[in-house]
Amino acid sequence: MTSRRFFLKSGAMTMLSLGFAPSFLARTAAAASGRRRLLIAIFQRGAVDGLNMIVPYGEAEYYRLRPTIGVPRPGSPDGAIALDDFFGLHPRMGALKPLWDNKSLAIVHASGSPDRTRSHFDAQDYMESGTPGVKSTRDGWLNRYLQVSGSDASPLRGIAIARQMPRSMQGRAPSLAFGGVDAFDVRGGMDSQRSFEQAFEQADNPLLRGTAKDAFEAMRTLRTIGTPYRPTADYPRSPFGQALQEIARVAKADIGLEVAFAESSNWDHHVNEGSTQGQIAQRLDDLASGLAALATDLGERMSDTVILTMSEFGRAAAENGNRGTDHGHGNAMLIVGGPVKGGRVYGKWPGLKADQRFEGRDLAITTDFRDVFSEIVTAHLALTKDGISRVLPGYAASQTLGLIRA
Amino acid sequence: MRADFRRAIALLTVLVALAGLQNRAPLAAADIPNDTGAIEHALNRLTFGPRPGQVEEVQKLGLARWLDRQLNPSSIDDSAALAKLTPLPQEPEVTDRRALRNASEQERMQMQRQVRQYGRQSVQALAAQKVTRAVFSERQLEEVLVDFWFNHFNVFAGKGRTSSFIPDYEREAIRPHVWGSFRELLGATAKSPAMLFYLDNWLSADPKAAEQVQRAANRLRGRRGGAGSNMPPPAQQAPRRNGLNENYARELMELHTLGVDGGYTQQDIIEVARALTGWTLDNGRNGDFRFMPALHDRGEKKVLGHIIRAGGGIDDGERVLDIVAEHPSTAKHIATKLVRRFVNDEPPPALVAKVAATFTATKGDLREVVRTLVTAPEFYATENRNAKVKTPLVFVVSGVRATGRESVQPRQMLNALQQLGMMPYMCQPPTGYDDTADTWVSAGALVTRMNIAQQLTPTRAAQIGGPDFQRY
Repeated sequence: MTSRRFFLKSGAMTMLSLGFAPSFLARTAAAASGRRRLLIAIFQRGAVDGLNMIVPYGEAEYYRLRPTIGVPRPGSPDGAIALDDFFGLHPRMGALKPLWDNKSLAIVHASGSPDRTRSHFDAQDYMESGTPGVKSTRDGWLNRYLQVSGSDASPLRGIAIARQMPRSMQGRAPSLAFGGVDAFDVRGGMDSQRSFEQAFEQADNPLLRGTAKDAFEAMRTLRTIGTPYRPTADYPRSPFGQALQEIARVAKADIGLEVAFAESSNWDHHVNEGSTQGQIAQRLDDLASGLAALATDLGERMSDTVILTMSEFGRAAAENGNRGTDHGHGNAMLIVGGPVKGGRVYGKWPGLKADQRFEGRDLAITTDFRDVFSEIVTAHLALTKDGISRVLPGYAASQTLGLIRA
Repeated sequence: MRADFRRAIALLTVLVALAGLQNRAPLAAADIPNDTGAIEHALNRLTFGPRPGQVEEVQKLGLARWLDRQLNPSSIDDSAALAKLTPLPQEPEVTDRRALRNASEQERMQMQRQVRQYGRQSVQALAAQKVTRAVFSERQLEEVLVDFWFNHFNVFAGKGRTSSFIPDYEREAIRPHVWGSFRELLGATAKSPAMLFYLDNWLSADPKAAEQVQRAANRLRGRRGGAGSNMPPPAQQAPRRNGLNENYARELMELHTLGVDGGYTQQDIIEVARALTGWTLDNGRNGDFRFMPALHDRGEKKVLGHIIRAGGGIDDGERVLDIVAEHPSTAKHIATKLVRRFVNDEPPPALVAKVAATFTATKGDLREVVRTLVTAPEFYATENRNAKVKTPLVFVVSGVRATGRESVQPRQMLNALQQLGMMPYMCQPPTGYDDTADTWVSAGALVTRMNIAQQLTPTRAAQIGGPDFQRY
């Protein structure tokens, strides 16, 4: 692992050779001030079927509504993995069971957005902006967290391992999106890098100028963290698994990472969703084995890390005409980490009978997703009450879940 | 003759609609600026970027005349560009029904592999054609519009056998309609195998006619067993048609026509899905569009306040397409998207209103809609010049065009697009690729653009990878 001293030395040398102003050195050094509490947000794009991910096997209505895609009760061949006497994990998510058992995995079921939209695009937008029903919000909630809590302007406080900057992280606080550490470098040697850097410093467009500035600054820091990376866990070979591995790599380098973002895609199963086998089973396997590998690889670092999964909405309670599910409402979120009071399914279960369903068809919502965001940001990342009102404008807590250890 | 007359009336209507704003015919040269700044702006936005010397060429011709030609591209000889295209692969023999019927299980699996390979290869070849055309076609505005409308009616090559339908989709459903009526374009996409498959409408069925449906499904399965759909799913995974699938109905209104705030409800989605039951695929050799009455819900529907009487057939779906195409929200939604693509990430409301007015007045004549857009003073306004950041597609193609090169390596260009996350035909969600700077500007993307410039255009890397070239 790279020590801070090594960074300062090599960083200063780079700086001298490039003729940079000392203020830059000071700022980068602050970024390198090491270890901070960390939130890793995972977005399941396409709307995961939460009812097949965290199965309410104690609910007879579930099996009536899902004759071909329902996940069998625990004890049946390939049945759900019992978490308590009502909920079970999908059988392909066994990798997460040890985290449940050691009480570092919590679940919030029947959670989601107070907005009724069943549009992927709008619902993702609302969840990522943190302002359901408000389209005019320009920045993402994770970026606003960085804005409000920020003591320094290092772009390495927030990273997304993605080709595009996710909505959640867009905004004026410096943050980075890139595909992976090793590819994040300007080719063609120092001359070409310097000429690009100078050109972008002169750019009229503030978005291009600011993004390039963050990029070059981060590049210098990331060069110090060493390659190749040797993880202490086997990640899935999927894009999701590889993205998590890059997050662990940056987190373990102690270069000031506070918020990381990765996405898991392909959850929109309108046709042939499958139950214990098939499309959703494969996707859940990737999700669970990825999260489990991340937790293992982070090791001791998990003591001040929280991993949070989210998805734009749930899917209809009943299967549709093609053994799939159409767009629905309530969903389940997973929260993993040392600070988590795990081994519990949080939230009031609204039931799946017709009169208990949202608009007669979907799992109703009893926990606003912002209740979860807010608790993590205040109890884990230790943001003040005043701060949270800027991260989640217009939100007033309706309940306290008590997800995070005091 | 009659068509001309109708056109004239339509044009007159536009002029009346625009009266007060503009009294002259849209393309009178006096209305269109002809300074190099305006020409460069027009070439930036209406083509895949200027080639060396093109600004001067257009100035000599006059921007108004150049626009006229681009708006009526059938008069432009494009044979030189077409000659540079590598042909698409031939559809393999195995998609012939008879060949499959007599095959053993092992042979059939082998054939299915070939079909899958054909799907992949044909989309790769089509993507190579796309970037080649984007660089070399003289009908640049048409190429830009084909890209725009494909993206508007996006389908994803990675979903099952969609890939094998995509070359036909672009050639028959999109390209011939970009200068035609919106309703025809909408209808062509609605009936295309690519869209029927991608958004699952081919599987949607009347839930109440269970018995009929089952019979129909059995008939289909029987046929599929021995015959060649392009890629028959393994038997145990064969999706059943037991009822509605809302996927297409929702995206039809949210993305293709009204827009997400266009004023429809969940109940409208269900009614539209019911009206479109039976719009499915012939599982034969080419999987063409087919209306299957046995899958159709014949009950009454109420769509956006319009009653569709019970007892209808394929007409129910046609009626739905009429209703949504004529809805005022659609004019506004399409106008907003066009203005966002061609003018500014934050579409100026006055220009959106103007373009929407033409859409409404001409009943969605897309040539007139585009004409209104490209002749509007707002299009040329200084605050809109260089106001957008290039998408990866525009960046890569405009970079190659700027070199003035006479030949290209499509594979290298596609590799660049892959790295930047904008591979043609590979956008998974039905929204299509985003068109705004927020999405495409990230630290990783800028660094990748610098590296791509060095690799793709080494002699001009500093310019093409630099900040000014990212804007247009």
